[in-house]
Amino acid sequence: MDLKVKAQQFNLYYGNFQALKEINMEIFPKTVTALIGPSGCGKSTFLRSLNRMNDLIDTVRIEGRIILDGNNVYDPKTDVVALRKKVGMVFQKPNPFPMSIYDNIAYGPRVHGIKDKLRLNELVERSLIGAALWDEVKDRLQSPALRLSGGQQQRLCIARLLAVEPEVLLMDEPASALDPISTGKIEDLIGELKKNYTIIIVTHNMQQAARISDHLGFFLLGSLVEYGLTEKVMTNPERKETEDYLTGRFG
Amino acid sequence: MTNQERTNRKERNIRGLLFGIASVAVTGVVLIILFVFKEGWPVLFKYGPVALFTGKVWQPMTADYGMLPLIVGSTYVTLIALVIGVPLGVGCAVFLAEIASETIGKMIRPAINLLAGIPSVVYGFFGLVLLVPFLRMTVGGLGFSLLAGGIILAIMILPTIISVSEDAIRATPREYKEASLALGANHWQTIYKVLIPAARSGIMAAVVLGMGRAIGETMAVIMITGNTPLIPKSLFEPGATLTGTIGQEWAYASGEHAGALFTVGILLFGLIMIINSIALFLFGKKVES
Amino acid sequence: MRRITKYTQGLAFVLLWVTALITIGFLLLIVFFILKEGLPSVNWEFLTAYPRRMGREGGIFPTIIASLYLTLASLVIATPIGIGAAIYLTEYTREGAGTKIIRFATEILAGVPSIIFGLFGFAFLVTFLKLGFSILSGAITLALMLLPTIIRTAEEAIKSVPNSYREGSLALGATKWVTIAKVVIPAALPGIVTGIILGVGRAIGETAAVWLTVGGALRLPISIMDSARPMTLHLYTLAAEGLSLPRAYATASILIICIWIINTVANLLMARFSLKLRAQFFHGEFEAAFCDKAISGG
Repeated sequence: MDLKVKAQQFNLYYGNFQALKEINMEIFPKTVTALIGPSGCGKSTFLRSLNRMNDLIDTVRIEGRIILDGNNVYDPKTDVVALRKKVGMVFQKPNPFPMSIYDNIAYGPRVHGIKDKLRLNELVERSLIGAALWDEVKDRLQSPALRLSGGQQQRLCIARLLAVEPEVLLMDEPASALDPISTGKIEDLIGELKKNYTIIIVTHNMQQAARISDHLGFFLLGSLVEYGLTEKVMTNPERKETEDYLTGRFG
Repeated sequence: MTNQERTNRKERNIRGLLFGIASVAVTGVVLIILFVFKEGWPVLFKYGPVALFTGKVWQPMTADYGMLPLIVGSTYVTLIALVIGVPLGVGCAVFLAEIASETIGKMIRPAINLLAGIPSVVYGFFGLVLLVPFLRMTVGGLGFSLLAGGIILAIMILPTIISVSEDAIRATPREYKEASLALGANHWQTIYKVLIPAARSGIMAAVVLGMGRAIGETMAVIMITGNTPLIPKSLFEPGATLTGTIGQEWAYASGEHAGALFTVGILLFGLIMIINSIALFLFGKKVES
Repeated sequence: MRRITKYTQGLAFVLLWVTALITIGFLLLIVFFILKEGLPSVNWEFLTAYPRRMGREGGIFPTIIASLYLTLASLVIATPIGIGAAIYLTEYTREGAGTKIIRFATEILAGVPSIIFGLFGFAFLVTFLKLGFSILSGAITLALMLLPTIIRTAEEAIKSVPNSYREGSLALGATKWVTIAKVVIPAALPGIVTGIILGVGRAIGETAAVWLTVGGALRLPISIMDSARPMTLHLYTLAAEGLSLPRAYATASILIICIWIINTVANLLMARFSLKLRAQFFHGEFEAAFCDKAISGG
């Protein structure tokens, strides 16, 4: 199988502090890869490296490569805008813009130059259906997005991503701020989405990782300690640290 | 790739444009300094700062540009304003920060905002129609006096002193207050032994800012001090300030006289810079503590 | 002993109450005294008629137009510059030597007395650039005076926009500028508008700087190159030259009412969007600067 994303000897520093150490990781298309590990282990930092959101921090320095579809993401010639369009991101806390539901979804396509009203309508509908939100909001597309519940807001943010037609979805603890029912909906949605998208998700919740992911990566102190099929890592980890973490001995 | 280059160029251009816009403030300051100095420099150079700033006669008709009367006038009105305004303002700030209930605070703050917003010319007018006749009746003389100017200035600087002091008092750590109360000090002891000392540099900054505002104020003092550029023998006599003299004489001044008014401007600008630097320094101290 | 400290506290609190009452008393005295004398003369004719005999008779129509014209023109200049500068300072640059210089300049502008602005406008705009006594000269001078307020309020408003909005937009592949123009500025708009409204109040109330740059012609300004006399300057002339006390009272009343309305609108906006910009009312740019430091340091 072709690889979608590949990290090679990837190092990341905040000033003098090394946050990621020699990460090597291969991610397959149309799978869900979960990244787990204790707080501050670097899993979110790694996730944000994949669409270069860490560029927003001035003191960050990078070594090594991240290959997406055969191209190095950190190549100076890489078009960051095109990269972020291709690699979408869902954040820990839902962050809809203070606009209507419709305008939130249409924001990305408009930014990328789509002005045709019919085309936008179609994209909005398709994205909302794709994010399993259409039935709940189709009658109030013009009402403010901030009036939706937390779970709906998060699905709106996913729909907003789908509208720019990405290939990879990065999710940074997308359900950590949600109630169990909303969490369930997001998990179901992720199961649906993986038919068409490559998903990489950071989570604190081991059960969640077990339920939704195909591959599992365990981060500790900036290193990728163990990486493999979720079932394998969960039931029969190779490394002692992984086992300790999974059995709740620290974290 | 060309697409990306186009985007990058556009972003760079916007950044450059915004930098240019942000530099307008700097350009403005440079131009202000440049042109006030350009016009005021000849007189300053011809007579020398010592003769100008210590000269006791301001009489443009005979080319006497001694600014001491104006300096004394500005000093007097500012001191009067501070003597009246500081206790009132700091008291009011303590009241708002520590004593007033939320409801009373909500009633008083808009009033203070309004006090801050009333145009200086309206203050001057108020002084002219009420304070000047009142002083004429009670203490005699013309009523137009440094005292009248100082009183009106005191009211005008109240909002500055109140707001900045109140923020300084509110910024004192809650623990100070709790510790003091826990030791058995009552509320007032806590205020004057703990809170006010802790907010000291902020309150000082408020006073200095108020001072800057008083020295720089023009319209109100023009209308009520009498604009008489003589060294006053008492506060009840008319006098003239640096700002008032510029305002009073610029319209008919020409030649060297006009230049001398710009020299007064240089002096005023220098004073304000010193005062504001002190205020900034005090704020810096407040940040450290 | 306990009793003495108790009396001391009682006395002190009474005195603090008195300071607050005196402060409010000043305001009430000024406002009521002027409105009582002035409002009876304020009527439709006073607002819409031209002055006669230098303002001894007739209305103040041209001076109202002059005030509005000047305010509008100065805001047209100051608003884009102020917002642009605020965007640059908050979004495009890190705190460094460059921003320090810009901030320092802004603080100087905030502290310079209006008569110095007047001298500058007179020397540079009126005389050197040969713009003459005109609305344009006055508006440029006023714009410089308003800049600090508008920059500060806009900066505060932009800073208060949650970072998650920016991340959300960037993660969708929007460029920095698109993110700012389409997400950050709309979200910061209420705060920015508050700054502009405060600027309106300052522009309407300004006298000295306007006097030295706009001149004082008592006719209806049409062209931006016309000299004019705004309400504040008219009030000064009426009062200082003893032309008509009732008309001076009436003009002062209108100014007070304008400022009261502007403050109320700004207050409502601020309360609604809970922006802590109170310092702006007091030209307290230093205080705002202090808050900035405290925030960015934390």
